[in-house]
Amino acid sequence: MLVLAVDTATPAVTAALAEVGDDGLRGVAERRTIDPRAHGELLAPQIRAVLQDAGRSPADLGAIVAGLGPGPFTGLRVGLATAAAMAQVLGIPAYGICSLDGLGRAAGPGRVLVATDARRREVYYAVYQDGVRITDPAVAKPAEMSDISVQRAVGEGALKYDFGVPIDDRVLYPSGEALIALAVDKIRAGAPADALTPLYLRRPDAVASTERKHVLQ
Amino acid sequence: MSDEPLVLGIETSCDETGIGIVRGHTLLADAIASSVDQHARFGGVVPEVASRAHLEAIVPTMQRALDEARVSLADIDAIAVTAGPGLAGALLVGVAAAKGYALAADKPIYGVNHLAAHVAVDTLEHGPLPEPAIAMLVSGGHSSLLLVDDLTAGVTPLGATIDDAAGEAFDKVARLLGMGFPGGPVIDRAAREGDPAAIAFPRGLTAPKDLAKHRFDFSFSGLKTAVARWVEARERDGEPVPVADVAASFQEAVCDVLTAKALDACREHGVETLIIGGGVAANSRLRLKAEERAAKLGVRVRVPRPQLCTDNGAMVAALGSHLVAAGVVPSRLDLPVDSAMGLTSVAVAG
Ligand SMILES: [Zn+2]
Repeated sequence: MLVLAVDTATPAVTAALAEVGDDGLRGVAERRTIDPRAHGELLAPQIRAVLQDAGRSPADLGAIVAGLGPGPFTGLRVGLATAAAMAQVLGIPAYGICSLDGLGRAAGPGRVLVATDARRREVYYAVYQDGVRITDPAVAKPAEMSDISVQRAVGEGALKYDFGVPIDDRVLYPSGEALIALAVDKIRAGAPADALTPLYLRRPDAVASTERKHVLQ
Repeated sequence: MSDEPLVLGIETSCDETGIGIVRGHTLLADAIASSVDQHARFGGVVPEVASRAHLEAIVPTMQRALDEARVSLADIDAIAVTAGPGLAGALLVGVAAAKGYALAADKPIYGVNHLAAHVAVDTLEHGPLPEPAIAMLVSGGHSSLLLVDDLTAGVTPLGATIDDAAGEAFDKVARLLGMGFPGGPVIDRAAREGDPAAIAFPRGLTAPKDLAKHRFDFSFSGLKTAVARWVEARERDGEPVPVADVAASFQEAVCDVLTAKALDACREHGVETLIIGGGVAANSRLRLKAEERAAKLGVRVRVPRPQLCTDNGAMVAALGSHLVAAGVVPSRLDLPVDSAMGLTSVAVAG
């Protein structure tokens, strides 16, 4: 079954295709563009491009996997809105995976911190043991994080802040293929679709807009 | 079944998630989800709250629209989506979803201008738009006068408010009088029992020196302050506030200025049709006064029904339908949102 993955939880805009069979998973195509300000412009053309790379069309898709974040909200919602809309048109299930898990899975053995940039001098983070998450995703200032005692750090948040451990800078953004691998059991089982609810981890800033209000009845 | 284009419209520029479906100029579905209740306690729309609500609402609202119209996404000929103006984060949810629909269903996409869509919606109710026309858009978000030569090519802004929007003034005066939110309907109702000539409130930007520079612009901030001063003076003197008279006199001041300037624009540009849109178009006094003044000039007034005046997906679909019929080139899949989108083009160029 051909599966599309999208992730817009970090400055990377990612679209990937993989073929999921009974015996394994084979990556077919993956594209990534790093631009924190243009998720809305870049994602849809990039999905079209990976389909073209693979010589396939949207109608060939059997499922969609979307990174649920955590990540900066505006960009994150682009991936989820696009994935949800595509799944609705195609009548196929969409599954949500924590975007940090896409990094944690690629980070390899040992105890590893996954950190992405949450802006406001904070990171989104979680700790992984041999690729499996052992703490809940959280957001904090690096100096205020509880003792994480890890051997390595991955993710672009680790480049930006010093966690006092070596950084594996080959693993900076969630891989689409890793997100599909994390959803593979649900895909094979034809599990019911997930609600693509973002992992916001922060409450909205409740300040009324001074721009347009536009609600008068 | 007609062979006119079946067009879907998606609107998420503020706090309404709207999805409309039209065939030609016939409205088939108009589904809305609103987050207005979540904003009420903040006294205005909270952008992040609105964006979260759009993401939750978009798929179910789409399903309701498709069910109502009894069509599937595969039947749709084109998708139109509001690309601006509006709240950037809110617009982005609608545009991202529209791209997902367009990409997966292999349909053309049009990123359109929200204000032009407010004008286009009237064709669903009153048929083809005589051009040129003057459009007056009055809501809590904007107060604009537009010259519409060709809805599919571009619209000329003639004037706009220089401070508060007309709807905002209604909200603020209603709060001052302790009447609740939103202010438009409650003031309209209270004013029916009052005397519109009881208090001479100011008419902003109507003095000769202001007209020289702001002939088609509006100002409601001074009016709001004048109402507040008048009410406070009564209270200070220990006299009862004649709420109905205040409401009627305030409403009269707003409607007087709006209709005078709208019809002045019709006269200046030799236009015979005035379209009024936006939430304030539902005000009964505004409609009546516009019709009275228009009749003297031989101008016809067109006002869509209230559900079509406030933000909705049908208006976006209506504009999309015009663009398809005119053979306008669709936008590209990388179309951006533009929170301050101007009116020189009504669709994002392809
Ligand atoms: Zn509007």
